[in-house]
Amino acid sequence: MEKLAGQKVLESLKERFQAFETSINGHSNSAAHQVRKAAFENLQTKGLPHVKDEEYKFFNLTRALEKNFDFPQSPSPAAVETDTVKKFAIDGLDAHTLVFVNGVLSAELSDAELPKGISIDHLQEAFNQDNVELFNTEAKFEEDAFVAMNTAFAHNGIQVQVEDKAVIEKPIMLQFIGASNEQNFDYQVRNLIKVGKLAEVTFIEKFDTLSEASSFTNIVNEISVAEGAHAKYYKIENDSANTYHIANTHVSQQKDSRFTSNTIALNGAMVRNNLNIKLQAENCEAHMNGLYVVGNKTHVDNHTVVDHMKPNAYSNELYKGIMDDKSKGVFNGKIFVRQDAQQTNAFQSNKNILLTNDATVNTKPQLEIWADDVKCSHGCTTGQLDRDALFYLQARGIKKDRARAMLLHAFASDVIENFEIEAIQDYVEAIITARLEK
Amino acid sequence: MLSIKNLQAKIEEKEILKGINLEVKPGEVHAIMGPNGSGKSTLASVLAGREDYEVTGGDVDFLGKDLLEMDADERAREGVFLAFQYPVEIPGVSTTNFMKTAINQIREHHGEKPLDAVSFLKVMKEKMKLVEIDQSLLSRSLNEGFSGGEKKRNEIFQMAMLEPKLAILDETDSGLDIDALRVVANGVNALKSKDNATIVVTHYQRLLDYIVPDYVHVLYKGRIVKSGTKELALELEEKGYDWIKEEAEATA
Repeated sequence: MEKLAGQKVLESLKERFQAFETSINGHSNSAAHQVRKAAFENLQTKGLPHVKDEEYKFFNLTRALEKNFDFPQSPSPAAVETDTVKKFAIDGLDAHTLVFVNGVLSAELSDAELPKGISIDHLQEAFNQDNVELFNTEAKFEEDAFVAMNTAFAHNGIQVQVEDKAVIEKPIMLQFIGASNEQNFDYQVRNLIKVGKLAEVTFIEKFDTLSEASSFTNIVNEISVAEGAHAKYYKIENDSANTYHIANTHVSQQKDSRFTSNTIALNGAMVRNNLNIKLQAENCEAHMNGLYVVGNKTHVDNHTVVDHMKPNAYSNELYKGIMDDKSKGVFNGKIFVRQDAQQTNAFQSNKNILLTNDATVNTKPQLEIWADDVKCSHGCTTGQLDRDALFYLQARGIKKDRARAMLLHAFASDVIENFEIEAIQDYVEAIITARLEK
Repeated sequence: MLSIKNLQAKIEEKEILKGINLEVKPGEVHAIMGPNGSGKSTLASVLAGREDYEVTGGDVDFLGKDLLEMDADERAREGVFLAFQYPVEIPGVSTTNFMKTAINQIREHHGEKPLDAVSFLKVMKEKMKLVEIDQSLLSRSLNEGFSGGEKKRNEIFQMAMLEPKLAILDETDSGLDIDALRVVANGVNALKSKDNATIVVTHYQRLLDYIVPDYVHVLYKGRIVKSGTKELALELEEKGYDWIKEEAEATA
C-alpha cells in the first residue's frame, strides 16, 4: 500500500484513540462515538492532506505537524493566572467571557453568569448524556482530514442553544489560551452552536498562546442559523510564532437569516481558516470580512466557500491583507450559485499590500454559477504601497513612517469599519500601529 | 529665499534638467512657462523632493539651507509647498484628518504645541471660505471621486492651511474652467505676502491674467532660455513657443 501523507502523525494518533476508547468504556456504543470512530477510520485510511491536494497546495500543514509534534496522550492544560487572561483580553470589550485553557473550559476563569435566552453546555457533558445535536451535521469529516481529526479527538468545546427570539445584548466571548507543560502540544475543540428563530447573538473567538513551544490548534465550529435569526461571529487569532492553527467553520442559514463573519489573523507559524457558508433557503444574507496583518514567516491561508442554494440571497466578501517580512498569504474564495438560486447577488474582493519583496500572496477567486439571473463580481489586487500617495503625504510635511502608517490604516479601514464593535476596531488598529513601529 | 544654481536632474537615465539657474526673493511671483516636455513639472517635482528623480548636479539653497539634502517631508516642514498637477486620490484618509496630521507635524518641527480640535476647526473654516470649498468634501476620502476643479481647490485649501514660505503651483490651471480658475487664483492671491514667494508653472498665459507674475521664465529642453516680465507671457500667448525654440537652437 502507498504510504499516506502524515504517517508519523497517524501512528501517534492511533495510540491516543485506543487509550481514549479504553477510558470511555461505558459510552462506546453512543451515537456520537460511532461518528468519532468512523471519523478516525476515515483519517487513518485517507491520511492527512498530501502536498498535491488542491485545497492544501499552498499550505503544507502535514509536513509541519510531522516535523514539530509528537501528539502525546491528551496534553493537560497548564495553570493560567487571571492576569494572563486579562493580558489577552480586548480592552474595553463588554462581553460574557468563557475561558478555555488548552481547550478545556475553565469555570474558575470564566464569567459565572450568562444572559437569559442562551444555554451553554460543556461538550463533554453533552456527549455523556448522549445529547449532541449538531455534531457532524454542518461539518462533514469525509470532506477534510482536519475535520476528521477533530471529530475523532475533540472532547472539549461547548454546545450552545440560543432560544427563539432571544436577543443577546452582549457578545459571548470564547477566549482560548494555548498553554501546556508538554514540550509540544495540541488542543482540539468543537463548538456546536444553534441560533434559534429570530434570535440575535454575537460570538467572539479569540486565540492566544502562552507558550513559545510548538502548539497545534484544531478547531471546528458548526453553526446553524434558523429562520430570521441574526448571528455574528468574530474570530481573532493572535497566537505566538510557533503556533499552528487550523479552523473549520461551517455555517448553514435558513430563510431570512443573516450571518456575518469577521476573521482576523495576526500571528502564528501557520494559520488556516476554512469558512464554509451554506445559504440553504431564500432571502439569506451573508457577510464575510477578513483581515490578516502578518510578518516574520507567518503563513496565513483563508479558504472561504459560500454556497447559494436558493433564490434572492445576498453575499458580500471583503478580505484584505498586509504582508510584511517573509510572510505568505493565500486567499481562495469560492462562490457557488446553484441553478435554483436565481436573483442571487454575490460579491467578492481580496486586496493585499506587500511591504517587502520577500512577502507573497496567492489569491484565487472561483465562481461557479449555474443560475442565469444573478449579479456576481469578484476582484483581487496585490501590490506595494502606492509611492505616489506616499509622496503626496510627505509633500505636506508628514514624516515617511507616519505617512506609511496612515496609508496602511486607510487600506485596512473599510474592513475594520465592518467590525462593528469599537473595542475590536481599536484593538486591531493598535496592532497595526505597533507592527509598523517595530 | 530660493537660489537654484546649475541644477541638473534625470529620471531613468533620461536627462531632463540640464542646468537651471533661478533666484526667487520674498514677495515675488515667478512664472515658469514652456512647451510640453521642456522640464517644467520636473523642476517642480525636484524642488519638492520626489524620489523618482535623481539630481545629478547643482545646488539649491532655501533660506540658507541645502534643500537637496532634505527629504520631501522635511522640505514641506521648512516651508516648501507643491500644488500637484495631478493630486493623488487616497481612499480611507479624509482631507480633514490629513491636514490635522500635517499641521501638527509641521508645528512639532518648529517646536510648537499641536493645535487643539477647536482651534484647528476655526482655522479650517476660515481657509475653506477662501477657496469656496465645502465641509462635506473635506470629510470625504482625500480627492476620491473629486472633480478636476474640486481637486485643484483642495490643493489651494491645503496651501492655505499650511501657509508655506514658497508655493510651487504645478499646472494648477490645467483642466479648469474659467470660474474654477478664478477661485483658485483668488485663493493664491489672498495668500500672497511680502514674506512668501510663489512659483507658477504653466503652459498657458491665461492663469497669469489672474496671478500676475513679477518675472516670467521660459524653460526649453531643460534650460531657462529666456526671462522677462509679464509682457513676455503675453508675447508667448500671441506668438506661441516656436520663435523661442528657434532662438534657443540658434544660440545652442
